[in-house]
Amino acid sequence: MKGVGTPALSLLGLAGLWIVAAALTADPTVLPQPWALIGPFWRELTSGELPYHLGHTLLRVAWAFLLAMSIGCVLGLMMGRSERVNQWLDPWLVVFLNLPALVLIVLCYLWIGLTEAAAIAAVTLNKIPNVTTVIREGARALSPDLDALAGVYRMSFMDRLRHVVLPQLAPFMAAAARSGIAVIWKIVLVVEFLGRSSGVGFQIHLYFQLFDVAMVLVYAFSFIAVMLSVEWAVLQPWERRTRRWRTA
Amino acid sequence: MISVDIHSKHFGDSQVLGRVRFELGQGETLAVLGPSGVGKSTMLRIVAGIDRAFEGHVERPGRMAIVFQEPTLLPWRSVLQNLTLVHRGLSDAEASEALGRVGIADKAGLFPGQLSLGQQRRLSLARAFAGKPEFLVMDEPFVSLDVEMADGMMRLTEALIAEVRPAVLLVTHAREEAERLAGRILHLEGSPAVLHSEGKDHLRCVKP
Repeated sequence: MKGVGTPALSLLGLAGLWIVAAALTADPTVLPQPWALIGPFWRELTSGELPYHLGHTLLRVAWAFLLAMSIGCVLGLMMGRSERVNQWLDPWLVVFLNLPALVLIVLCYLWIGLTEAAAIAAVTLNKIPNVTTVIREGARALSPDLDALAGVYRMSFMDRLRHVVLPQLAPFMAAAARSGIAVIWKIVLVVEFLGRSSGVGFQIHLYFQLFDVAMVLVYAFSFIAVMLSVEWAVLQPWERRTRRWRTA
Repeated sequence: MISVDIHSKHFGDSQVLGRVRFELGQGETLAVLGPSGVGKSTMLRIVAGIDRAFEGHVERPGRMAIVFQEPTLLPWRSVLQNLTLVHRGLSDAEASEALGRVGIADKAGLFPGQLSLGQQRRLSLARAFAGKPEFLVMDEPFVSLDVEMADGMMRLTEALIAEVRPAVLLVTHAREEAERLAGRILHLEGSPAVLHSEGKDHLRCVKP
């Protein structure tokens, strides 16, 4: 089966597994049937609770993503282009890569306070090392001949960046963005779980305390749906656009 | 006037180039012959200003162009943009005219990957000459081409050189290319490599 057939079948299989597991459990407080989520979902949607909390989480994801990608790209480019900078920053990178996400989150809350800035800083700091590592590899693979070309023809810094460097880095940026968005939204939920009073993570924390599995699933699936939309509506079209010259 | 006076070039502890000195006037074509690995490309990179870590001095004009062994194009930009992005002052009409001069005007909207190797080489030539360079550096530009294609490219290069009249430094290991295009031929030989004239007496320093 080609195109969307196989993924659709695969998702149907997952739904089937859920239905069977829910039937065998026979306890909707532990695992409700998929259709049992429709009512709670609709209530949350129409009351405005779901859009409110989703919006807060999305805003945090967007900020952390933009900051992590911007700082990570600059650091990765500098480290990939300059061995001296790399020698200085590589030990830091190794430390931050191996620092557990939870430790950074707790430290940010302790040092900065239970604020929005601390939440976004914690997520950003967790993601920067990964973006930096990927972009550094891309910067190391930049073509020396194109570099020479830009130098001989005296292309301006911005022209070099836009037309020579960034197109070469595009596959690495796409990889960093894709893995970045996947990791960031998960960390945002943990950050909200631990120290915010809004967002999907906060709601999951609330319903966890109430042992309301249905509502936990409603918020989890709603957010997964939004992130998949971002993947399909933003990331994939952008990636297709940057790869247009390869398939022409 | 291009004035090259390289005292030495090292890679770590290893000296690759010894004294390399020559001058080159407008409209003059100098070919530097030498076996593979002797340091021709290293010398060329120094002369072109790509490699600045050497002992010596090079004077070169501001308007330069380079033709590499490979076409070295921006594969993610269109054929036309490969000219207009490199030469910012070039209008689309002028770029189209430059493409027309090498016979690929109808390919302006394509990506370089959609061109044949011969067309990519022509685009590389068009890019080099579109900016009306005062100094053109060519690094084995006809290597790996079959005889017929190499002959066509050389004819095109001769015509463009005659039209624009830049000072040309051609680095090659093919004597026939050097004899056909250059008015003067020097040899890069030895370790560390130094320039020798064509005559029987091998000179460490050669004046034009």
